Amino acid sequence: MNESTKEILERPLHGVYRWWGDRVFLAVAVILGISIIALGVTMAWVLFREGSMAINEFGVWGFMKGRVWDPGVNFVFGALPFLFGTLVTSIGALAIAFLPAIAIGIFIAEYAPRWLGGIIENLIHLIAAIPSVVIGIWGIFVFAPWMREKVYMPVFLWASENAPSLLPIIGTPIGYGMTTATIILALMIIPYTTALTRDAIRQVPKEQREAAYALGATKWEVIRMAVLPYARGGILSGAILSFGRAIGETMAVAMLIGNKNTFPFSIFGPAATMPSVIINEFREAVGNLHLSSLMAVGLALFVISLIVNLIAAYIIRKHSITGGQAV
Amino acid sequence: MKTLRRRQIQDKIMEGLLVVSTITILIPLLIIIAYVVYNGFGALNWSFFTEELGSPARAMQGQPTGLVHTMIGTLVVDFIGLVLAVPVGVGAGIMLSEYPEHKLNPILRIMNDTLNGMPAILKGLLAFALIVKPMGTFSGLAGGVALAFVMIPIIARTTESSLMTIPWSIREAGLAIGLPRWRVVLSTVMPAAKTGLVTGFLIAFARAAGEAAPLMFTSFGNNYLPNHWTGMIFGPVDTLPQRLYSLAISPYAQWHQMGWAAAIVLLSFVIILFVTARLLTRQKNY
Repeated sequence: MNESTKEILERPLHGVYRWWGDRVFLAVAVILGISIIALGVTMAWVLFREGSMAINEFGVWGFMKGRVWDPGVNFVFGALPFLFGTLVTSIGALAIAFLPAIAIGIFIAEYAPRWLGGIIENLIHLIAAIPSVVIGIWGIFVFAPWMREKVYMPVFLWASENAPSLLPIIGTPIGYGMTTATIILALMIIPYTTALTRDAIRQVPKEQREAAYALGATKWEVIRMAVLPYARGGILSGAILSFGRAIGETMAVAMLIGNKNTFPFSIFGPAATMPSVIINEFREAVGNLHLSSLMAVGLALFVISLIVNLIAAYIIRKHSITGGQAV
Repeated sequence: MKTLRRRQIQDKIMEGLLVVSTITILIPLLIIIAYVVYNGFGALNWSFFTEELGSPARAMQGQPTGLVHTMIGTLVVDFIGLVLAVPVGVGAGIMLSEYPEHKLNPILRIMNDTLNGMPAILKGLLAFALIVKPMGTFSGLAGGVALAFVMIPIIARTTESSLMTIPWSIREAGLAIGLPRWRVVLSTVMPAAKTGLVTGFLIAFARAAGEAAPLMFTSFGNNYLPNHWTGMIFGPVDTLPQRLYSLAISPYAQWHQMGWAAAIVLLSFVIILFVTARLLTRQKNY
């Protein structure tokens, strides 16, 4: 035993330093860790408490099935339009984004030479970093007017001459509406889905590919038969996490969806989603019941996000060999 | 039966499809960036960085207006968020990585991932109920708390993964020379993982800096600089993302121009943070 170690051991504070030090340190870490758990629980509890007035007034199912949202005259609140708007735009966005995102993921991981893959990857990261409001301002001033001129108006005029019965389904082509919001949402989740797909494909062991090559498979056959089946759990959970992203995406959607609170929605016409109605009305809401209803919409959003995230976590755990971690 | 020739043709077709779809997706995304850069730099001028916003009349009469109060407010609110989030996130990350045997870890990990996936707007609602309602006023503090809720799960996750990259032999070496466990973590593991930790903070900070949804009903917004600096913390404060939204949906053409300017400032800020984070990780890898 050399001298310095001896000194340490003979220090009067040694017990404090060792025994208490370890316990205090662990206690602090655990308290901070528990505060994250508490944060999640508090979120659920607060949303429930704040939304309970609306839930008591209309009942859980009455609120979720209510088709009328009338904060002005009758003070009747039903969340169905927003639930519908959220699900339709998110599912639509995922449907648009899914295949292209997987294609880019495969391209980066399997085809692109190292330098090109690096460039594309950095581009994807760059795009994922663009704040939602910035995409929103582009949508308002560039994309929505362009879509109105080039897509919505021609379709609308064609329909009014040839198929007037379709007009209510197509809706007014003001440019700000469900289709615009869905396309922008798709653009916004593509980087996310791509990154998760690429990660899943990168985790496929080399032997898996080499075995397929040894059987004489072409490159695409290797990807289709050896790589994709192996990575499917990761890709699927990535898609579900992207769906969760789309559900919660707020600013760009609120800026582009046109914000119409009542049914019927139409394909090109304005609509609303759960986050967009909260953003638009929360700052101006005066009635207690109105505020409480918005909080109840938030609670519904919480529950849906929770389910989506837990499903994704379950799929990752079930499919990955390492029992791995999300994202 | 498929001949070799057909399989090779199919192989080429799929390769072509992948290349084409990669290009068609990247183009619109690059167009967005090009538009923001072009319009944003066109709308920037000196008074944008020196003047307050004021009432819409000020912009419509052509008087100099700017967003100096917004940029200061953004920094204040973002840093409040970072200061609140770092201890919690790092603590949880240490618990996950250094005490893997702890019984609460599986729950913590699931909860952290779930919180990370929760829409940011719900974090704003939570901060509204916890801070704004009891205080009776919108405030920069409430905005900072809302952003901390956004950052915490990210920091916990990045802390955990950067501590995990440090080999166990480092810890064993520390324990072998008689260091207590907490000293091992603080003096050997954390310094070794320093770059990773800082990268995580930067990523969380950048992600939160671009969020408008949690700020709409916590820091609320303000057209003027507060009279006293405490107004930045205890009064309504302007922040770039939230101001950008208000400008974009306003009916004034001059404000739309300022919106583009705000967009380029916000985008540059966020991208600089991300690029710094990426450069830091790159240095570590080589």
